[in-house]
Amino acid sequence: MSANIGTVGRSIPRLEARAKVTGRAEYVHNMRVPGMLHAKVFRSTLAHGRIRKIDVSAARAMPGVFAVYTGEDIRKLIAEPYYGPAFHDQPILALDKVRHVGEPVVVVLAVDPHVAEAAAQLIVSEYDELPAVYDEVEAMTSKAVVHEVLKPAGTFPDLKHLKGKRDTNIALDFHLHRGDPESAFAKSDYVFEHTFRTQQVLHLPLEPFATLAVPGDATLTLHTASQSPSFVRIEIARLFGWPENKVRVKVPYLGGGFGAKLYIKTEALAAACAMLAQRPVKLALTMEEQFYMITKHAATLRIKSGVTNDGRITARECEVWWNGGAYADIGPRVTQKSGFTAAGPYDIDHVHIDSYALYTNLPPAGALRGFGIPQLVWAYESHTDMIARALKIDPLAIRRKNLLREGRPQATGTLMRDAALDAVLERLSERVQWEKAFDHGTEKLRRGRGIAIGFKASISPTTSMAIVNLNADGSCNLYCSTVDMGQGSDTAMAQMVAEVLALPMDVITVVHPDTDVTPYDMATLGSRSTYHMGHAVKNAAEDARVKLITLAQELGLSAETTPIPDIFRKKYGMQAGNIVGVGSFIPPYAPPDANGQTPDATPFWMIGATGAEVEVDTETGQFKVTRLVNLVDVGRAINPAIVETQISGATIMQLGFTLSERMDFDAGQVTNASLADYKIPGIRDVPLIMENEAVDAVQKSGPFGAKGVGESGTFGVSPAIANAIDDAVGVRLTSLPLTAEAIYRALREKAGNPLNND
Amino acid sequence: MTTTRTIQFKLNGEPVTAQIGTHQHLVEVLQERGLTGARESCAQGLCGCCTVLVNDVAVSGCLYLAAFADGANVRTIEHAPEGGLDVVQEAFIECGAFQCGYCTPGFILMTRQLLDEHPEPSEDDIRHYLSGNLCRCAAYPEIVKAVKLAAVKRKSYA
Repeated sequence: MSANIGTVGRSIPRLEARAKVTGRAEYVHNMRVPGMLHAKVFRSTLAHGRIRKIDVSAARAMPGVFAVYTGEDIRKLIAEPYYGPAFHDQPILALDKVRHVGEPVVVVLAVDPHVAEAAAQLIVSEYDELPAVYDEVEAMTSKAVVHEVLKPAGTFPDLKHLKGKRDTNIALDFHLHRGDPESAFAKSDYVFEHTFRTQQVLHLPLEPFATLAVPGDATLTLHTASQSPSFVRIEIARLFGWPENKVRVKVPYLGGGFGAKLYIKTEALAAACAMLAQRPVKLALTMEEQFYMITKHAATLRIKSGVTNDGRITARECEVWWNGGAYADIGPRVTQKSGFTAAGPYDIDHVHIDSYALYTNLPPAGALRGFGIPQLVWAYESHTDMIARALKIDPLAIRRKNLLREGRPQATGTLMRDAALDAVLERLSERVQWEKAFDHGTEKLRRGRGIAIGFKASISPTTSMAIVNLNADGSCNLYCSTVDMGQGSDTAMAQMVAEVLALPMDVITVVHPDTDVTPYDMATLGSRSTYHMGHAVKNAAEDARVKLITLAQELGLSAETTPIPDIFRKKYGMQAGNIVGVGSFIPPYAPPDANGQTPDATPFWMIGATGAEVEVDTETGQFKVTRLVNLVDVGRAINPAIVETQISGATIMQLGFTLSERMDFDAGQVTNASLADYKIPGIRDVPLIMENEAVDAVQKSGPFGAKGVGESGTFGVSPAIANAIDDAVGVRLTSLPLTAEAIYRALREKAGNPLNND
Repeated sequence: MTTTRTIQFKLNGEPVTAQIGTHQHLVEVLQERGLTGARESCAQGLCGCCTVLVNDVAVSGCLYLAAFADGANVRTIEHAPEGGLDVVQEAFIECGAFQCGYCTPGFILMTRQLLDEHPEPSEDDIRHYLSGNLCRCAAYPEIVKAVKLAAVKRKSYA
């Protein structure tokens, strides 16, 4: 082995770059196998109702239809056909009740997908309509109850006490209490209280959800577009009552994920169909169907702060209601983990947080690039500016005054370590030249600027395993179940192997997730892979390195100077054998106590801040984001070019959630379920000036000083823009998305001439 | 219930004969033939993932009926007469102009068409021309850089 060649820290092109630019990269949506049936789903048109009758006779009679299955047919195969990561609340097909518009009720199988689709349209269902609840705050007390009984999955020990709880829509309530907020409010010079709202949006990966299930001899192989192959295997095996090794889950590249393709999505239905039909079944959703599958929580957030005359925040109270939709998915975890940081990146002695995960009759909500954090930052950073304006304090100065510094305890009591909050804030102020005079434009075209900073705890405690296999010719395979959905994990992991074993990149192959081959990983989510899997990969590579050195020594060779093939040849007399290194990683974690206090809430902190400049037409409310500056702390970047793409990609995605994206509903029916009516950012929506920077920082506990990056770019975008709008025209928007209409209405109201609502 | 017919067209330079349903769109027929570079995503002709060249003009393959390709010259991202990568593909790799890669073939085909028509496109030309292609990973800043680099490469190779 030669000396360290410095692969980590270099902007190496993605391993799969050639496959992607030639259109040859493999995605489940494009897969087909001989004898395959296509599955098409008949969905509920009602938000909440008891199933009275389902008539599938016409669909079954249609020529070319192979089979039609209802929830009752699934129940014959699987006695308890309910799944979910936090609660076993979601049926594979609706049973007894439907709980949201778009819920799968019947599935049709045919060789020709057009036949399956046409047959599905012949199905007739009748329901006894039940009262529905859509609003998250109303759900707290609503008489409409989405689930009669709560069914925690048992995966998370701290949800067990909810088992069997009846007649409530509260799936989880998380509480954090630190110090004595009540007295602190009484003693503070000012108390500010504001309420903010965020809208329901969705991930919308361009490759919609897809699973191809292939039955074998009492086994099942799932090719699936999933971010969590290990979870899929365990959950499908549990449903069938099989050992894990009878289910094989394979994941190629993903055409985007963003948190949508986690846990069980199309997998359980495809698996059940394949087992009932004993034929390969492909369930590939349309763009429209993605709107019914999984979304991002709409939320209502109330924040109250006690503040001194000079802008020091002494107490904060937060109440957050998360609209989880009809099935819990990972919502309870969003509620708890985001609850840790709901008070913001500020040093506040007295904090009280109440966070509620609520069931409603809307499409389910889960994790979307930030696990609830972008909603929280939207609220607390709008609130920060509102306080600053009221007290006539500079927005940068109030943040500097209150920022959590290194070594200080955060609201959970966990100390801030390797969290470059101040470096990110200071570098942001330099990049946007905050302390220089700013041109506010003309009376008609006003200009404004705003900043915002947020942080996030990582997902803990979660496990990653990896295997590094050194072949006799010196080439190397890395086996790990991290899913490359575009974030560049294959490349980053290979760089770590190359670094440890001093190998060139082109001799390393990353074996894609295949649960018969690649070892367990909790999932690709929450920006955890670089840190968690990075550690496991580094450990596996180091294990292989030690074994190689030991082998060389046994043979009287130097591993430093002898080429790897020569070491193998001397040992085995020919090109033969392997060296297998294994690695695993689980970070330290201490669960929170009844007051939400823990000395170890997270293995690392993610930090993101944004500076925004806007131009607002005061006559119409039309506005433009003219500049976005994004600063993050990612520790040390493994691949700086890919890191920058992650920052800007996250920022632009959040720009969509800030300016244009909103699921519209009428009686629980989403009315804009297409790219024609639901506007995601296109190339013309990117601000002409966009700058991204990762500050010079090191995560000392991270592999090669690195930590996660995928979500940090989302944190500050929404409040920075709302703060800039306020700076430009003096109106404050408290609901997302920020639209020209909302600004115009606010301007009219400010002028004492409010617009009629009719 | 389906009506079928036989069509003949040139696919990436090779003559082919295909039995198709008259309701089938071009992407479906290409996928059945193992060409998966053009993919269906939005199914409304809005995202550009399904881009295919018919008689040298980019079309939305998810809306374009296969029957209309009868007698046409059809080219897809898989078409590589020189065997290797062209300057647009090289530039996309060098600039890191993609993440998940699902939309990338569409962007590359549109970029080639852009550079055929505007060898030295301005930033505004690029944004205008590629506004019919969506990238949910939002690698747009890198895509703009890649298009500019490809233009320079084309010029220096010419």
